[in-house]
Amino acid sequence: MSNLSEKTVVLRRARLNAATSSLMRFSFKECCFKPVADEPDIEIEGSLVHKDSEEGQILCAEKEVGRKSKTLFSCITTATQTTINPPREVACQTESQPLLVNYSATANQWEIYDFYQEELQKRTSSTKKDEKENEIAEGAEGVHGNLSLLRDFTDKSDHDLAMLSTAAKLLEYAVNENINGDIIADFKHFEDEADEFRGDKGTLLPLWEFQYNKVKSLPVSALCWNKKYNDLFAVGLGSHKFTELECGMLLFYTWRNNNHPEFLFNTDSGVMCVDIHEQKSHLVAVGLFNGNVCVYNLMAKGDQPIYNSMASSGKHSGTVWQVKWWEDDLYGNHTFFSVSADGRVVSWTLGKYELFSTNIIKLPPMDKVPDDLNNVIVTAGLTLDFHKQKPYHFLVGTEAGKIHKGSTHYTRFIKTYEAHFRMVSCVRWNPFNPKVFITCGMDWRVNIWDETTDSPVFTFDLKSSVMDVAWAPYSSTVFAAVTADGKVHVFDLSINRFEALCQQRVVSTKRHLTCIEFNPVHPIIIVGNDRGLVISLKLSPNLRKNPKEEKGKEPSTGAEVEIAKMEKLLILMR
Amino acid sequence: MKEYCAATRTHGGRSTPDLSDMAEVEDTLKRIQAQHGVIGTIVVNGEGIPIRTTLDNSTSVQYAGLLHQLTMKARSAVRDIDPQNELTFLRIRSKKHEIMVAPDKEYLLIAIQNPSE
Repeated sequence: MSNLSEKTVVLRRARLNAATSSLMRFSFKECCFKPVADEPDIEIEGSLVHKDSEEGQILCAEKEVGRKSKTLFSCITTATQTTINPPREVACQTESQPLLVNYSATANQWEIYDFYQEELQKRTSSTKKDEKENEIAEGAEGVHGNLSLLRDFTDKSDHDLAMLSTAAKLLEYAVNENINGDIIADFKHFEDEADEFRGDKGTLLPLWEFQYNKVKSLPVSALCWNKKYNDLFAVGLGSHKFTELECGMLLFYTWRNNNHPEFLFNTDSGVMCVDIHEQKSHLVAVGLFNGNVCVYNLMAKGDQPIYNSMASSGKHSGTVWQVKWWEDDLYGNHTFFSVSADGRVVSWTLGKYELFSTNIIKLPPMDKVPDDLNNVIVTAGLTLDFHKQKPYHFLVGTEAGKIHKGSTHYTRFIKTYEAHFRMVSCVRWNPFNPKVFITCGMDWRVNIWDETTDSPVFTFDLKSSVMDVAWAPYSSTVFAAVTADGKVHVFDLSINRFEALCQQRVVSTKRHLTCIEFNPVHPIIIVGNDRGLVISLKLSPNLRKNPKEEKGKEPSTGAEVEIAKMEKLLILMR
Repeated sequence: MKEYCAATRTHGGRSTPDLSDMAEVEDTLKRIQAQHGVIGTIVVNGEGIPIRTTLDNSTSVQYAGLLHQLTMKARSAVRDIDPQNELTFLRIRSKKHEIMVAPDKEYLLIAIQNPSE
């Protein structure tokens, strides 16, 4: 009999021996199945005993007997313990903020526009670059990129001033505008109201005066307005007297700056005539005293003409008295005509590198010259004009007082007019009426001709040598003439057929007036004197009048009206 | 004439300015200064600092700074209304004189004149 106070510890193990020996587990470390030998299984002590085992049989025997088993336990403690993971801290941290920079900009409409323009340009230039080889383009870009940086650094000081030329010019114009403020106001707005009380007479209001300080002694020999830019005109300075200075100048003025010429060219011989091309108004043809003709390009830099006839074989041997631009030839080359003291009319074509000359016609000899000396003593041609509507017709005035009408199609003159007793100083076709032309000469006369008749339709005696005459561009019956006694005479044939509407002295008595030109758009004329001074004058309203229409009709303008006006007058005089 | 300032004179855009242009600008500035009634001329660079002036330093700096800002504002106003437009000239007429500003891409030309009575 056991002592009940004795404590016996019996350990029961549940062990699946067979299972443990064949227990395999997949090892992720070695990626294969490995037998698990030492893994501690869960061992739970159980209180069940197999009935066939020793202990079980003893228990069954005891049970049968009915005795209390020695193995009755009063309490069972089972405990399990899982593995405890050590605590771990997991935290998240973002990268620190980059340095805060303040950025401000404005988004204006123009900034957006500029940006788009740049993008557009980049795209168009990049498409162009794609056409080239890529390597070269990249290499070049790299070089240019560096060079431009370099230039930025070094050129800050002086050279950028050169790009201010436009701004400086604008500033000069503005300063001059302030100084000449009243002249400009007169030009724009002043209309002489006293004209109403003067009957038909008109006056000329002096506006700007242009004098380049360094040429006080050279007479103005030619004036020409630029058709495209109506405030620009050319002044040719040069003397045809042997005793005076043998040099000349070509100046371009605009009335915005009457102090200093826009363009200035020095020539080695006096400038006798100037003509600006109608469409390409940067091309200027100049005829010189020594017989040369030159062509200047205003857009080119430098003092030299782009073409000079010095090297050409057909150049003139006498003073070139008039040059006039003509139409382009078949190949599109520009051409101009010149007439000179050696009696020839020559056409010059602007070739690629030089001027090509073609003799058009030789002026017929004067009556006084004996036949055997015809080739030696030449008749000087003094003036030339092309017909406005039929450009192959032209008129040449000579020192013999004759006007020859010629054509580029024929080698002989079509008609000759006995115009003046002395030299013809100017001949011009009427801008509207195709049959009418005007001539003026040193015999104090101004004659108006109908090309079909042999004697002039109108004759005016101006009491002094008439140096130049010009038709007004706005009316077929208005013209102005300048005389050697310093007066300007303005006529309007539709208002008064016998006398001038205005005879005004513009310069002092000692000076001659040499040239006159009407501005193509504004009611302004410029006159040049023999001391290098150019004066601009505004025509008063009486000189610009249209003849009164019948009551009820509207005043009409236009070329047809002008032609009709002149026709009426011609019919009257026949 | 602004056009032939553009066509002939502004010459489109020359790539390398040369000495003759610089001489031309110098000449023009001298002529402007010699004109009747002109008190002074100032050339201001892109940052508002006068680089050439005929006035004394403090006056130049004052004019340059103030007119630079005003020109920026004026230019912005003009372009805001029509981005294809551009400021070409600015004139401020006051009781005593007239200030004329000709802006360029980076520079400003300022002239102060007493307009003729």
